[in-house]
Amino acid sequence: MKHDHALKIADLTVSYRRIPALHHIGFEVSCGQCVGLLGPNGAGKTTLLKTLAGLLGRETGTIHFHGREVRGATPDIAYLPQRGQIDWDFPTTVRGLVEMGRYLRLGWWKKYRATDDAAVDAAITAMSLEPLQDRQISALSGGQQQRAFLARALAQEAHVLLLDEPFAGLDKPNQDTLRATFRTLRQAGKLLLVSHHDLATVPLIFDRVVLLNGEMIAAGPTAQVFTEENIQRAYTTRVFAGVDHGHAV
Amino acid sequence: MNFFNDLWSHEFMRRALVGGALIGFTNGFLGTFIVLRRMSLMADALSHSMLPGLALGLLVAGGLSASGLFLGGITAAFLVALGAMLLARTSRLKEDASLAILYTVAFSAGVVLLQFVPTPVDLKHWLFGDILGIGDADLWIAYAVTLAVVPGLLLVLRPLVLTLFDPMVARSQGVKVDALHVLLIAASVLAMISSAQAVGVILMLGLLVAPAATLYLLTDNFSTMLWGGAALGTAGSVLGLVLSYRFEKIPSGAAIVLVLGVCFLAAWAFGPRYGLLGQLRKRRHFHDESLSRWEHGHGHKH
Repeated sequence: MKHDHALKIADLTVSYRRIPALHHIGFEVSCGQCVGLLGPNGAGKTTLLKTLAGLLGRETGTIHFHGREVRGATPDIAYLPQRGQIDWDFPTTVRGLVEMGRYLRLGWWKKYRATDDAAVDAAITAMSLEPLQDRQISALSGGQQQRAFLARALAQEAHVLLLDEPFAGLDKPNQDTLRATFRTLRQAGKLLLVSHHDLATVPLIFDRVVLLNGEMIAAGPTAQVFTEENIQRAYTTRVFAGVDHGHAV
Repeated sequence: MNFFNDLWSHEFMRRALVGGALIGFTNGFLGTFIVLRRMSLMADALSHSMLPGLALGLLVAGGLSASGLFLGGITAAFLVALGAMLLARTSRLKEDASLAILYTVAFSAGVVLLQFVPTPVDLKHWLFGDILGIGDADLWIAYAVTLAVVPGLLLVLRPLVLTLFDPMVARSQGVKVDALHVLLIAASVLAMISSAQAVGVILMLGLLVAPAATLYLLTDNFSTMLWGGAALGTAGSVLGLVLSYRFEKIPSGAAIVLVLGVCFLAAWAFGPRYGLLGQLRKRRHFHDESLSRWEHGHGHKH
Protein backbone atom coordinates (compact mmCIF):
# COMPACT_ATOMS: atom_id res chain seq x y z
CA MET A 1 0.00 0.00 0.00
CA LYS A 2 1.35 3.38 -0.99
CA HIS A 3 0.96 6.31 1.33
CA ASP A 4 1.01 9.47 -0.72
CA HIS A 5 -0.54 11.48 2.02
CA ALA A 6 0.95 12.12 5.39
CA LEU A 7 -2.20 12.86 7.34
CA LYS A 8 -5.50 11.36 6.31
CA ILE A 9 -8.69 12.19 8.14
CA ALA A 10 -11.85 10.30 7.23
CA ASP A 11 -15.47 10.57 8.38
CA LEU A 12 -14.54 12.42 11.58
CA THR A 13 -17.42 13.38 13.88
CA VAL A 14 -16.81 15.03 17.26
CA SER A 15 -19.57 16.14 19.64
CA TYR A 16 -19.86 18.12 22.84
CA ARG A 17 -22.76 16.79 24.94
CA ARG A 18 -24.52 15.18 22.00
CA ILE A 19 -24.21 18.31 19.86
CA PRO A 20 -21.88 17.62 16.95
CA ALA A 21 -19.21 20.28 16.45
CA LEU A 22 -17.73 18.46 13.47
CA HIS A 23 -19.75 16.38 11.00
CA HIS A 24 -18.07 13.64 8.98
CA ILE A 25 -14.94 15.63 8.18
CA GLY A 26 -12.49 14.14 5.71
CA PHE A 27 -9.40 15.47 3.96
CA GLU A 28 -5.81 14.58 3.23
CA VAL A 29 -2.69 16.69 3.61
CA SER A 30 1.00 15.98 3.08
CA CYS A 31 4.27 16.76 4.74
CA GLY A 32 5.87 19.99 3.62
CA GLN A 33 2.53 21.75 3.44
CA CYS A 34 1.27 24.73 5.38
CA VAL A 35 -2.45 24.26 5.71
CA GLY A 36 -4.84 27.00 6.82
CA LEU A 37 -7.89 25.90 8.77
CA LEU A 38 -10.63 28.43 8.01
CA GLY A 39 -14.22 28.98 9.03
CA PRO A 40 -16.43 31.20 11.17
CA ASN A 41 -16.48 31.09 14.99
CA GLY A 42 -17.92 27.76 16.09
CA ALA A 43 -16.96 26.07 12.83
CA GLY A 44 -14.94 23.51 14.75
CA LYS A 45 -11.40 24.67 13.94
CA THR A 46 -10.17 24.32 17.53
CA THR A 47 -12.20 21.14 17.95
CA LEU A 48 -10.45 19.61 14.96
CA LEU A 49 -7.00 20.60 16.25
CA LYS A 50 -7.74 19.24 19.72
CA THR A 51 -9.06 16.00 18.28
CA LEU A 52 -5.90 15.55 16.22
CA ALA A 53 -3.89 16.27 19.38
CA GLY A 54 -5.70 13.45 21.17
CA LEU A 55 -7.44 15.81 23.59
CA LEU A 56 -11.00 15.03 22.51
CA GLY A 57 -12.67 11.74 21.82
CA ARG A 58 -14.21 11.11 18.42
CA GLU A 59 -17.64 9.70 17.74
CA THR A 60 -16.85 8.36 14.30
CA GLY A 61 -13.94 8.45 11.94
CA THR A 62 -10.28 7.62 11.62
CA ILE A 63 -7.02 9.53 11.57
CA HIS A 64 -4.06 8.00 9.78
CA PHE A 65 -0.52 9.33 9.87
CA HIS A 66 1.75 7.74 7.25
CA GLY A 67 -0.68 4.87 6.93
CA ARG A 68 -0.74 4.15 10.66
CA GLU A 69 -3.87 4.79 12.62
CA VAL A 70 -3.48 7.47 15.29
CA ARG A 71 -5.23 6.83 18.59
CA GLY A 72 -4.79 9.33 21.39
CA ALA A 73 -1.56 11.23 21.83
CA THR A 74 1.65 10.61 19.88
CA PRO A 75 4.97 12.47 19.88
CA ASP A 76 4.71 12.74 16.08
CA ILE A 77 1.99 15.33 16.48
CA ALA A 78 2.62 18.48 18.53
CA TYR A 79 -0.15 20.76 19.73
CA LEU A 80 0.95 24.34 20.31
CA PRO A 81 -1.17 26.17 22.85
CA GLN A 82 -2.64 29.62 22.41
CA ARG A 83 -0.32 32.10 24.10
CA GLY A 84 -2.95 33.34 26.55
CA GLN A 85 -3.24 29.90 28.09
CA ILE A 86 0.36 29.67 29.30
CA ASP A 87 1.69 30.62 32.74
CA TRP A 88 4.59 32.76 31.53
CA ASP A 89 5.87 33.17 35.11
CA PHE A 90 6.83 29.50 35.24
CA PRO A 91 10.41 29.19 36.52
CA THR A 92 12.07 28.17 33.28
CA THR A 93 14.22 29.66 30.55
CA VAL A 94 13.75 29.39 26.80
CA ARG A 95 16.24 26.56 26.79
CA GLY A 96 14.41 24.80 29.62
CA LEU A 97 11.17 25.07 27.66
CA VAL A 98 12.76 23.54 24.56
CA GLU A 99 14.29 20.75 26.68
CA MET A 100 10.74 19.77 27.73
CA GLY A 101 10.27 18.70 24.11
CA ARG A 102 12.80 15.91 24.70
CA TYR A 103 10.91 14.47 27.68
CA LEU A 104 8.48 12.61 25.42
CA ARG A 105 11.24 10.92 23.46
CA LEU A 106 13.14 10.15 26.65
CA GLY A 107 10.25 8.78 28.64
CA TRP A 108 10.23 9.09 32.40
CA TRP A 109 13.71 8.14 33.43
CA LYS A 110 16.05 7.72 30.48
CA LYS A 111 19.16 9.79 30.95
CA TYR A 112 19.40 13.12 29.20
CA ARG A 113 22.33 12.71 26.80
CA ALA A 114 24.55 14.71 24.50
CA THR A 115 22.28 13.78 21.57
CA ASP A 116 19.37 15.39 23.42
CA ASP A 117 21.43 18.51 23.98
CA ALA A 118 22.28 18.53 20.28
CA ALA A 119 18.60 18.25 19.34
CA VAL A 120 17.78 21.15 21.66
CA ASP A 121 20.64 23.22 20.19
CA ALA A 122 19.44 22.50 16.66
CA ALA A 123 15.86 23.47 17.50
CA ILE A 124 16.98 26.70 19.15
CA THR A 125 19.18 27.56 16.16
CA ALA A 126 16.43 26.76 13.65
CA MET A 127 14.12 29.20 15.40
CA SER A 128 16.92 31.81 15.78
CA LEU A 129 16.59 31.87 19.55
CA GLU A 130 20.30 31.47 20.47
CA PRO A 131 20.71 34.94 21.95
CA LEU A 132 17.56 34.50 24.00
CA GLN A 133 18.01 30.96 25.26
CA ASP A 134 18.86 31.90 28.85
CA ARG A 135 16.00 34.34 29.22
CA GLN A 136 13.05 33.62 31.46
CA ILE A 137 10.13 32.96 29.11
CA SER A 138 8.06 35.99 30.11
CA ALA A 139 10.92 38.23 28.91
CA LEU A 140 10.10 37.44 25.26
CA SER A 141 7.95 39.24 22.73
CA GLY A 142 4.81 37.54 21.41
CA GLY A 143 6.56 36.42 18.23
CA GLN A 144 9.53 35.06 20.15
CA GLN A 145 7.19 33.11 22.45
CA GLN A 146 5.63 31.46 19.38
CA ARG A 147 9.08 30.53 18.11
CA ALA A 148 10.03 29.11 21.52
CA PHE A 149 7.05 26.74 21.34
CA LEU A 150 7.89 25.82 17.75
CA ALA A 151 11.43 25.05 18.92
CA ARG A 152 9.98 22.78 21.61
CA ALA A 153 7.96 20.94 18.94
CA LEU A 154 11.14 20.59 16.83
CA ALA A 155 13.05 19.19 19.81
CA GLN A 156 10.19 16.73 20.22
CA GLU A 157 10.84 15.66 16.60
CA ALA A 158 7.17 16.16 15.82
CA HIS A 159 6.23 16.00 12.16
CA VAL A 160 2.78 17.51 12.39
CA LEU A 161 2.47 20.88 14.12
CA LEU A 162 -0.99 21.99 15.19
CA LEU A 163 -1.28 25.71 15.85
CA ASP A 164 -4.35 27.50 17.17
CA GLU A 165 -4.54 31.10 15.89
CA PRO A 166 -0.79 31.79 16.11
CA PHE A 167 -1.12 35.08 14.23
CA ALA A 168 -3.67 36.51 16.66
CA GLY A 169 -2.25 39.52 18.48
CA LEU A 170 0.97 39.73 16.44
CA ASP A 171 1.88 42.99 14.72
CA LYS A 172 2.87 43.12 11.07
CA PRO A 173 6.65 42.61 11.47
CA ASN A 174 6.12 39.71 13.85
CA GLN A 175 3.58 38.18 11.46
CA ASP A 176 6.15 38.43 8.68
CA THR A 177 8.76 36.71 10.82
CA LEU A 178 6.33 33.92 11.75
CA ARG A 179 5.42 33.50 8.07
CA ALA A 180 9.10 33.13 7.21
CA THR A 181 9.46 30.62 10.06
CA PHE A 182 6.57 28.59 8.63
CA ARG A 183 8.34 28.54 5.27
CA THR A 184 11.51 27.18 6.92
CA LEU A 185 9.49 24.49 8.69
CA ARG A 186 7.75 23.51 5.45
CA GLN A 187 11.06 23.18 3.70
CA ALA A 188 12.19 20.94 6.55
CA GLY A 189 9.27 18.66 5.65
CA LYS A 190 6.97 19.54 8.52
CA LEU A 191 3.22 19.60 8.11
CA LEU A 192 1.64 22.69 9.63
CA LEU A 193 -2.06 22.75 10.38
CA VAL A 194 -3.00 26.24 11.46
CA SER A 195 -6.34 27.72 12.46
CA HIS A 196 -6.66 31.25 11.18
CA HIS A 197 -9.36 33.92 11.02
CA ASP A 198 -7.87 36.77 9.00
CA LEU A 199 -9.02 35.95 5.47
CA ALA A 200 -7.01 38.78 3.90
CA THR A 201 -3.69 37.12 4.74
CA VAL A 202 -4.65 33.56 3.76
CA PRO A 203 -3.01 33.45 0.28
CA LEU A 204 0.20 34.91 1.72
CA ILE A 205 0.62 32.27 4.41
CA PHE A 206 -0.96 29.02 3.26
CA ASP A 207 -0.42 26.89 0.21
CA ARG A 208 -3.47 24.79 1.09
CA VAL A 209 -6.66 25.51 2.96
CA VAL A 210 -9.40 23.52 4.65
CA LEU A 211 -12.72 25.38 4.87
CA LEU A 212 -15.00 24.23 7.65
CA ASN A 213 -18.41 25.07 8.95
CA GLY A 214 -19.13 22.21 11.28
CA GLU A 215 -19.10 20.29 8.01
CA MET A 216 -16.52 20.03 5.29
CA ILE A 217 -16.87 22.88 2.80
CA ALA A 218 -13.74 22.37 0.75
CA ALA A 219 -10.09 21.35 0.98
CA GLY A 220 -7.25 21.74 -1.47
CA PRO A 221 -4.65 24.13 -2.90
CA THR A 222 -5.35 27.72 -1.92
CA ALA A 223 -5.52 28.93 -5.54
CA GLN A 224 -8.30 26.47 -6.37
CA VAL A 225 -10.26 26.24 -3.15
CA PHE A 226 -10.01 29.68 -1.56
CA THR A 227 -12.74 31.09 -3.81
CA GLU A 228 -15.50 33.62 -3.25
CA GLU A 229 -18.10 30.86 -3.56
CA ASN A 230 -16.53 28.55 -0.98
CA ILE A 231 -15.94 31.40 1.44
CA GLN A 232 -19.59 32.42 1.06
CA ARG A 233 -20.72 28.89 1.80
CA ALA A 234 -18.47 28.58 4.84
CA TYR A 235 -19.33 31.91 6.38
CA THR A 236 -23.06 32.21 5.69
CA THR A 237 -24.46 28.86 6.78
CA ARG A 238 -25.51 28.95 10.40
CA VAL A 239 -23.48 26.79 12.73
CA PHE A 240 -25.70 24.22 14.43
CA ALA A 241 -25.61 24.72 18.18
CA GLY A 242 -28.38 22.48 19.41
CA VAL A 243 -32.15 22.82 19.40
CA ASP A 244 -33.97 25.58 21.31
CA HIS A 245 -31.73 27.33 23.83
CA GLY A 246 -28.54 25.75 22.53
CA HIS A 247 -25.43 27.58 23.60
CA ALA A 248 -22.70 27.77 21.05
CA VAL A 249 -19.84 25.55 22.12
CA MET B 1 28.77 26.18 71.94
CA ASN B 2 27.37 25.31 75.33
CA PHE B 3 23.91 26.22 74.17
CA PHE B 4 24.02 23.69 71.36
CA ASN B 5 25.51 20.96 73.53
CA ASP B 6 22.74 21.58 75.97
CA LEU B 7 20.18 21.52 73.15
CA TRP B 8 21.42 18.21 71.77
CA SER B 9 21.66 16.61 75.22
CA HIS B 10 17.88 16.36 75.58
CA GLU B 11 16.40 13.35 73.91
CA PHE B 12 13.09 15.09 73.21
CA MET B 13 15.04 17.86 71.47
CA ARG B 14 17.05 15.44 69.33
CA ARG B 15 13.84 13.74 68.27
CA ALA B 16 12.22 17.07 67.54
CA LEU B 17 15.17 18.26 65.46
CA VAL B 18 15.33 15.09 63.39
CA GLY B 19 11.57 14.98 62.92
CA GLY B 20 11.39 18.69 62.17
CA ALA B 21 14.15 18.47 59.58
CA LEU B 22 12.44 15.54 57.83
CA ILE B 23 9.03 17.17 57.84
CA GLY B 24 10.46 20.51 56.74
CA PHE B 25 12.34 18.87 53.89
CA THR B 26 9.33 16.91 52.59
CA ASN B 27 6.94 19.85 52.83
CA GLY B 28 9.42 22.26 51.26
CA PHE B 29 10.01 19.83 48.39
CA LEU B 30 6.31 19.18 47.80
CA GLY B 31 5.56 22.89 48.04
CA THR B 32 7.02 23.61 44.59
CA PHE B 33 4.40 21.37 42.99
CA ILE B 34 1.60 22.82 45.10
CA VAL B 35 2.57 26.41 44.33
CA LEU B 36 3.07 25.91 40.59
CA ARG B 37 -0.07 23.77 40.18
CA ARG B 38 -1.97 26.42 42.18
CA MET B 39 -3.20 23.90 44.74
CA SER B 40 -2.56 26.03 47.85
CA LEU B 41 -6.26 26.51 48.56
CA MET B 42 -6.90 22.85 47.91
CA ALA B 43 -4.21 22.04 50.46
CA ASP B 44 -5.86 24.34 52.99
CA ALA B 45 -9.19 22.62 52.44
CA LEU B 46 -7.50 19.23 52.80
CA SER B 47 -5.95 20.13 56.14
CA HIS B 48 -9.31 21.21 57.57
CA SER B 49 -11.19 18.21 56.27
CA MET B 50 -9.03 15.89 58.35
CA LEU B 51 -11.27 16.69 61.34
CA PRO B 52 -14.08 14.15 60.76
CA GLY B 53 -11.51 11.41 60.24
CA LEU B 54 -9.72 12.39 63.43
CA ALA B 55 -13.00 12.38 65.32
CA LEU B 56 -13.72 8.93 63.96
CA GLY B 57 -10.25 7.86 65.05
CA LEU B 58 -11.02 9.14 68.55
CA LEU B 59 -14.27 7.20 68.63
CA VAL B 60 -12.64 4.01 67.42
CA ALA B 61 -9.20 4.17 69.07
CA GLY B 62 -10.03 6.49 71.95
CA GLY B 63 -7.14 8.93 71.61
CA LEU B 64 -5.25 11.26 69.31
CA SER B 65 -3.28 8.65 67.47
CA ALA B 66 -1.59 7.72 64.25
CA SER B 67 -4.61 5.70 63.17
CA GLY B 68 -6.80 8.77 63.66
CA LEU B 69 -4.45 10.82 61.54
CA PHE B 70 -4.57 8.26 58.78
CA LEU B 71 -8.34 8.07 58.92
CA GLY B 72 -8.41 11.85 58.79
CA GLY B 73 -6.11 11.99 55.83
CA ILE B 74 -8.07 9.44 53.92
CA THR B 75 -11.37 11.18 54.64
CA ALA B 76 -9.86 14.44 53.50
CA ALA B 77 -8.50 13.01 50.30
CA PHE B 78 -11.46 10.98 49.20
CA LEU B 79 -14.40 12.99 50.40
CA VAL B 80 -13.09 16.44 49.74
CA ALA B 81 -10.33 16.56 47.14
CA LEU B 82 -11.69 13.90 44.82
CA GLY B 83 -15.25 14.92 45.57
CA ALA B 84 -14.50 18.48 44.52
CA MET B 85 -12.91 17.20 41.33
CA LEU B 86 -16.02 15.14 40.61
CA LEU B 87 -18.40 18.02 41.40
CA ALA B 88 -16.49 20.38 39.14
CA ARG B 89 -16.59 17.88 36.29
CA THR B 90 -20.26 16.97 36.56
CA SER B 91 -21.74 20.43 37.11
CA ARG B 92 -21.09 23.98 35.99
CA LEU B 93 -19.48 24.76 39.37
CA LYS B 94 -15.74 25.39 39.31
CA GLU B 95 -13.37 23.53 41.59
CA ASP B 96 -12.86 26.34 44.13
CA ALA B 97 -16.56 26.61 44.98
CA SER B 98 -16.95 22.82 45.06
CA LEU B 99 -14.01 22.59 47.42
CA ALA B 100 -15.38 25.31 49.71
CA ILE B 101 -18.69 23.49 50.07
CA LEU B 102 -17.22 20.05 50.65
CA TYR B 103 -14.55 20.98 53.15
CA THR B 104 -16.83 23.06 55.35
CA VAL B 105 -19.37 20.25 55.30
CA ALA B 106 -16.61 17.80 56.28
CA PHE B 107 -15.45 20.14 59.04
CA SER B 108 -19.01 20.45 60.38
CA ALA B 109 -19.41 16.69 60.35
CA GLY B 110 -16.22 16.52 62.38
CA VAL B 111 -17.53 19.01 64.93
CA VAL B 112 -20.73 16.95 65.31
CA LEU B 113 -18.79 13.70 65.61
CA LEU B 114 -16.64 15.18 68.37
CA GLN B 115 -19.77 15.56 70.51
CA PHE B 116 -20.01 11.80 70.66
CA VAL B 117 -16.44 11.25 71.85
CA PRO B 118 -16.76 10.01 75.45
CA THR B 119 -13.64 11.70 76.86
CA PRO B 120 -13.17 15.41 76.18
CA VAL B 121 -10.13 16.07 73.99
CA ASP B 122 -7.81 19.01 73.79
CA LEU B 123 -8.21 20.20 70.21
CA LYS B 124 -5.45 22.74 70.73
CA HIS B 125 -2.88 19.99 70.37
CA TRP B 126 -4.31 19.03 67.03
CA LEU B 127 -4.72 22.60 65.80
CA PHE B 128 -1.23 23.81 66.68
CA GLY B 129 0.83 20.65 67.03
CA ASP B 130 3.63 19.98 69.49
CA ILE B 131 6.85 18.83 67.92
CA LEU B 132 8.57 18.64 71.32
CA GLY B 133 6.20 15.83 72.20
CA ILE B 134 6.98 13.87 69.03
CA GLY B 135 6.95 10.14 69.71
CA ASP B 136 8.50 7.08 68.10
CA ALA B 137 5.47 6.42 65.94
CA ASP B 138 5.47 10.01 64.70
CA LEU B 139 9.14 9.77 63.79
CA TRP B 140 8.53 6.58 61.86
CA ILE B 141 5.65 8.25 60.05
CA ALA B 142 7.93 11.16 59.16
CA TYR B 143 10.59 8.79 57.79
CA ALA B 144 8.05 6.80 55.83
CA VAL B 145 6.34 9.86 54.38
CA THR B 146 9.64 11.40 53.28
CA LEU B 147 10.68 8.11 51.69
CA ALA B 148 7.36 7.80 49.87
CA VAL B 149 6.82 11.39 48.75
CA VAL B 150 10.27 12.54 47.63
CA PRO B 151 11.37 9.53 45.53
CA GLY B 152 7.76 9.02 44.40
CA LEU B 153 7.56 12.49 42.89
CA LEU B 154 11.09 12.30 41.49
CA LEU B 155 10.13 9.16 39.59
CA VAL B 156 7.48 11.05 37.63
CA LEU B 157 9.30 14.38 37.59
CA ARG B 158 9.31 14.82 33.80
CA PRO B 159 5.59 14.28 33.22
CA LEU B 160 4.91 16.32 36.35
CA VAL B 161 6.89 19.28 35.03
CA LEU B 162 5.00 19.09 31.72
CA THR B 163 1.72 19.06 33.65
CA LEU B 164 2.69 21.96 35.90
CA PHE B 165 3.67 24.04 32.91
CA ASP B 166 0.58 23.42 30.81
CA PRO B 167 -1.89 20.65 31.69
CA MET B 168 -3.65 20.74 28.32
CA VAL B 169 -0.52 20.41 26.22
CA ALA B 170 0.75 17.74 28.59
CA ARG B 171 -2.44 15.78 27.98
CA SER B 172 -1.91 16.13 24.23
CA GLN B 173 1.53 14.64 24.78
CA GLY B 174 0.03 11.56 26.37
CA VAL B 175 0.73 12.54 29.98
CA LYS B 176 -1.82 11.13 32.43
CA VAL B 177 -2.67 14.54 33.86
CA ASP B 178 -5.53 13.39 36.10
CA ALA B 179 -3.51 10.57 37.61
CA LEU B 180 -0.69 12.99 38.43
CA HIS B 181 -3.21 15.35 40.03
CA VAL B 182 -4.44 12.55 42.26
CA LEU B 183 -0.81 11.68 43.04
CA LEU B 184 -0.18 15.26 44.19
CA ILE B 185 -3.29 15.11 46.38
CA ALA B 186 -2.08 11.85 47.89
CA ALA B 187 1.39 13.31 48.50
CA SER B 188 -0.17 16.36 50.19
CA VAL B 189 -2.28 14.16 52.43
CA LEU B 190 0.77 12.13 53.45
CA ALA B 191 2.78 15.27 54.14
CA MET B 192 -0.07 16.59 56.27
CA ILE B 193 -0.29 13.41 58.26
CA SER B 194 3.38 13.79 59.11
CA SER B 195 3.21 17.51 59.89
CA ALA B 196 0.03 17.39 61.99
CA GLN B 197 2.05 16.38 65.06
CA ALA B 198 4.73 18.98 64.40
CA VAL B 199 2.93 22.18 63.50
CA GLY B 200 -0.76 21.29 63.66
CA VAL B 201 -3.55 21.60 61.16
CA ILE B 202 -3.70 25.40 61.05
CA LEU B 203 0.00 26.03 60.50
CA MET B 204 0.86 23.10 58.21
CA LEU B 205 -0.13 25.11 55.17
CA GLY B 206 2.62 27.63 55.91
CA LEU B 207 5.23 24.91 56.14
CA LEU B 208 4.01 23.50 52.82
CA VAL B 209 3.71 26.70 50.78
CA ALA B 210 6.09 29.29 52.27
CA PRO B 211 9.47 27.73 51.32
CA ALA B 212 8.52 27.14 47.67
CA ALA B 213 6.85 30.54 47.41
CA THR B 214 10.04 32.16 48.76
CA LEU B 215 12.20 30.41 46.16
CA TYR B 216 9.69 31.24 43.43
CA LEU B 217 10.42 34.92 44.06
CA LEU B 218 14.15 34.33 43.77
CA THR B 219 14.80 31.95 40.88
CA ASP B 220 13.92 31.20 37.26
CA ASN B 221 15.18 27.64 37.53
CA PHE B 222 12.79 24.81 38.37
CA SER B 223 15.40 22.59 40.06
CA THR B 224 16.62 25.46 42.20
CA MET B 225 13.06 26.11 43.30
CA LEU B 226 12.48 22.42 44.06
CA TRP B 227 15.66 21.70 46.05
CA GLY B 228 15.96 25.22 47.43
CA GLY B 229 12.42 24.89 48.80
CA ALA B 230 13.35 21.60 50.45
CA ALA B 231 16.52 23.13 51.93
CA LEU B 232 14.67 26.18 53.20
CA GLY B 233 11.92 24.02 54.71
CA THR B 234 14.56 22.01 56.57
CA ALA B 235 16.53 25.05 57.74
CA GLY B 236 13.38 26.92 58.77
CA SER B 237 12.11 24.00 60.84
CA VAL B 238 15.42 23.52 62.62
CA LEU B 239 15.91 27.23 63.25
CA GLY B 240 12.35 27.59 64.49
CA LEU B 241 12.88 24.75 66.93
CA VAL B 242 16.12 26.22 68.23
CA LEU B 243 14.43 29.58 68.75
CA SER B 244 11.52 28.02 70.56
CA TYR B 245 13.99 26.14 72.81
CA ARG B 246 15.96 29.32 73.52
CA PHE B 247 12.91 31.47 74.19
CA GLU B 248 10.64 29.15 76.09
CA LYS B 249 7.55 31.29 75.61
CA ILE B 250 7.48 30.72 71.82
CA PRO B 251 5.53 27.60 70.76
CA SER B 252 7.55 25.48 68.33
CA GLY B 253 5.02 25.28 65.47
CA ALA B 254 4.50 29.02 65.43
CA ALA B 255 8.26 29.61 65.63
CA ILE B 256 8.85 27.46 62.53
CA VAL B 257 6.19 29.19 60.46
CA LEU B 258 7.36 32.62 61.67
CA VAL B 259 10.94 31.90 60.58
CA LEU B 260 9.66 30.83 57.15
CA GLY B 261 7.42 33.89 57.02
CA VAL B 262 10.35 36.21 57.70
CA CYS B 263 12.32 34.51 54.89
CA PHE B 264 9.37 34.95 52.54
CA LEU B 265 8.94 38.61 53.40
CA ALA B 266 12.67 39.17 52.90
CA ALA B 267 12.51 37.54 49.45
CA TRP B 268 9.47 39.61 48.56
CA ALA B 269 11.10 42.83 49.69
CA PHE B 270 14.72 42.31 48.64
CA GLY B 271 14.56 39.75 45.84
CA PRO B 272 16.86 41.06 43.11
CA ARG B 273 14.53 40.36 40.19
CA TYR B 274 10.99 39.80 41.39
CA GLY B 275 11.24 41.54 44.78
CA LEU B 276 9.80 44.91 45.65
CA LEU B 277 13.21 46.54 45.88
CA GLY B 278 14.23 45.17 42.50
CA GLN B 279 11.10 46.66 40.99
CA LEU B 280 11.53 49.99 42.75
CA ARG B 281 15.20 50.33 41.91
CA LYS B 282 14.62 51.97 38.60
CA ARG B 283 16.52 50.55 35.73
CA ARG B 284 18.29 52.96 33.46
CA HIS B 285 15.77 54.71 31.26
CA PHE B 286 16.19 53.84 27.60
CA HIS B 287 14.76 57.11 26.35
CA ASP B 288 17.57 58.01 23.97
CA GLU B 289 17.92 54.53 22.51
CA SER B 290 14.18 54.29 22.00
CA LEU B 291 14.04 57.68 20.31
CA SER B 292 16.95 56.90 18.01
CA ARG B 293 14.91 54.16 16.33
CA TRP B 294 12.63 56.84 14.95
CA GLU B 295 15.36 59.26 14.10
CA HIS B 296 17.05 56.65 11.97
CA GLY B 297 13.76 55.73 10.38
CA HIS B 298 13.63 52.01 11.21
CA GLY B 299 10.88 51.89 13.74
CA HIS B 300 9.90 48.30 13.03
CA LYS B 301 13.25 46.58 13.00
CA HIS B 302 13.73 44.40 16.04
